[in-house]
Amino acid sequence: MSKNIKFLGLLLSLIIIFIILLKGLNVSKDYSNEKLKSKIDFSLNAKKLFSDEIINISDLFDKNSPSVVNIWASWCAPCREEHQFLMKLKDMNINIIGINYKDTPKNAKNFLSSIGNPYSEVITDNDGTKSIEFGAIGVPETFIISGKTNEIIKKYIGPLTSENLIEIKKLLKKNV
Amino acid sequence: MSNYLGNYSLYIALIASVYLIFKSYFDANSENKYLDKNFILITSIQTIMITVGFFSLVAAFVISDFSNETVFNNSHTLKPLFYKVSGTWGNHEGSLLLWLLVLSIFLFIFLLNSKSQDTKYKLLTVLFQQIIISGFLVFILLTSNPFKTLYPIPTEGLGLNPILQDPALAIHPPILYLGYVGTSIIFSASLASMISGNIGDKWARHIKKWVLVSWVFLTIGILLGSIWAYYELGWGGFWFWDPVENVSLMPWFCLTALLHTVIVLQKRNSFKEWTIILSITTFSLSMSGTFLVRSGILNSIHTFANDPSRGLYILSFLFILILMSILIFFYNQNKISNTAKENFILSKETAILVNNWFMMFFLSVVLVGTIYPIFLEVLNGSKISVGPPFYHNLLIPFLIPFLIFMSFGPSLKWIKDKLKKFNYNILVIFLVSLLISYVILTKTKNSFLLSIPLIVLSIYLLLVTIKDFFVSKSSISQKISHFGFSLLITSILLNGLFSYEFNSNMKVGDERIFNEKVVKLKEVNVTDVDNYKSLKASFEVSNKNSAFALYPEVRIYQQPLTITSEADIKTTLFSDNFLVFNILKDDGYYNVRYQYKPLMIWIWISTIFISLGGLLSVIKKNEQKY
Repeated sequence: MSKNIKFLGLLLSLIIIFIILLKGLNVSKDYSNEKLKSKIDFSLNAKKLFSDEIINISDLFDKNSPSVVNIWASWCAPCREEHQFLMKLKDMNINIIGINYKDTPKNAKNFLSSIGNPYSEVITDNDGTKSIEFGAIGVPETFIISGKTNEIIKKYIGPLTSENLIEIKKLLKKNV
Repeated sequence: MSNYLGNYSLYIALIASVYLIFKSYFDANSENKYLDKNFILITSIQTIMITVGFFSLVAAFVISDFSNETVFNNSHTLKPLFYKVSGTWGNHEGSLLLWLLVLSIFLFIFLLNSKSQDTKYKLLTVLFQQIIISGFLVFILLTSNPFKTLYPIPTEGLGLNPILQDPALAIHPPILYLGYVGTSIIFSASLASMISGNIGDKWARHIKKWVLVSWVFLTIGILLGSIWAYYELGWGGFWFWDPVENVSLMPWFCLTALLHTVIVLQKRNSFKEWTIILSITTFSLSMSGTFLVRSGILNSIHTFANDPSRGLYILSFLFILILMSILIFFYNQNKISNTAKENFILSKETAILVNNWFMMFFLSVVLVGTIYPIFLEVLNGSKISVGPPFYHNLLIPFLIPFLIFMSFGPSLKWIKDKLKKFNYNILVIFLVSLLISYVILTKTKNSFLLSIPLIVLSIYLLLVTIKDFFVSKSSISQKISHFGFSLLITSILLNGLFSYEFNSNMKVGDERIFNEKVVKLKEVNVTDVDNYKSLKASFEVSNKNSAFALYPEVRIYQQPLTITSEADIKTTLFSDNFLVFNILKDDGYYNVRYQYKPLMIWIWISTIFISLGGLLSVIKKNEQKY
């Protein structure tokens, strides 16, 4: 009898684990940039890199024009590579919000002071959780967020390229 | 051409697999005393077919046959030959083919090596192993066929990630797979022995070799991965608690526990059920590793494929295997003859049991850290990221009792030991280690209360394991492995305590002073090499007594456009000086990171000692004195 109970218990927990992992498999499916149409969770709080002040994420976005969110780190080589494109976007007066992923404030500030700061605001993400909230899987990643609906309209995994830049410019014009 | 060859050879292997499953099932139920000659024949045909399949993919990589989709996605004509070959398993499809190849070769070796074993047991092992092989074959053919063709044929491939162009990484996956797949034989053999009821000292002696082989390969595989991360990723650490790394560590804990338990089974004929459970768990963990890495369920920087159909397949296959093994375990549990003898508290059996508890604890911590984020996300949608602090806080304090146990456990006698009269040797060693630790700890500023017992105990254990070489009667392989382990713990602790780094922006001619070290950037040379542009910097690092030069490099690859930093590391017996630099904007400044890491090389050397002990034990024919 006790053997049967052991067996059933084990079986039941196995089934539960199976279902959870199966669900987990579907959760992480929405990484493809085409289908992604989710909104941003504006209830998130984060610390600013330069002032250590804690703010609500919604304050960073301009309600009337689209914004770009870029996840980066000073230790990430591809981030340096795409940096030039972000600088070009900055020159077009686009609101770029940086999320500094798993980095030390000192290194992050060094990075920005030495190669230029394209961001209108940088928030820190020491443990990587905020980036995960955005659905990011690594660094660098870039999101385009529409001003009117606050939806993520496009997502780029990996460093931006010059083709991406052209595409982003078009998208931003459309969504003004 | 090679595409067709590869494809058809895999289909033939699948047919062979199905035949062998049925054949072994029916033969196992009949009372045949001898193995049908066809068995070896069909198994060799299957192994040859899979080998042909694998090498036709290698050939496609070598000749850069871009009509093959896998080659197109992962290779490039400009790539050096060595990396073309290693590119075969540097991707999802090819690495699965390698898994399969190792699976079938291991089964073949098993058949050749188990002539003295019971026929029914052998047949059942073949049955379970073929179920695994066919599962992988179907998986490869359905969801990740490496021989998909492209038309029109592209003229150039998409290239391989330059970060993966590294000798340590080129051989890291094959070695790791040898370890993972070795556990499949342990799994199949333990299920077979469960059904045929031959679990005992004889079986333990026979399976111990497979446990050792898998364990040695897994250890070396983890070591190579860690070396790669240290030299190539340029972050200056050797272990990041990344899910993909954890996935290789979990079966290692389990296998280490099994390695010790099997010895009890061999010598004392007890712990039978526990051995079986550990065998099943070890393989399930290796398979889960494949699932977690290949399905894209993890949020990791090194995740490869994001194809949910693959994830679904591996997940279902994994659970079918686990379910099958649980059913077999419960159904045949009463066949295990209960030969457990009385256990005394002070005995080698108990010491090994305690070792197993610790291994299971370490395993659970890593398992929770790796899996829990996935569970939480599904259950209530919240996302957490588990980082090194979690593992450090949970694992490091428990090292203290673990080190204490390890210092006396191995020297206990089987069955029952007595508390000896006070041992002056031990006291002397302990006082010496206290003294050494005192000297060490006065030299550092950032010590915590926790680091005092840790340093004392790790040095104590190190001295005890050295003493054991001269005094203890246990086998030389055990002495070497245990010595290696204590050396590893000591090196990691001292490395963590004494490492320091600085980060600064410098231009040519600049000097920075830090911790009495002067770092000077002398010049930067730009050259064009094979498939990348190279920026080689020349640094001088000096302190009061000595000076040496370091030449880190930045490589700019064109296919695909990627910038990698090659750290330059000056390694001595006592410390590593690690220097890496990065390009900033075009104003002549470079971002420079200098790290001082003491005893780095001993982390690698001690791991080699650990696996060397295992290797010696495999080679040695009869290890009687233990």
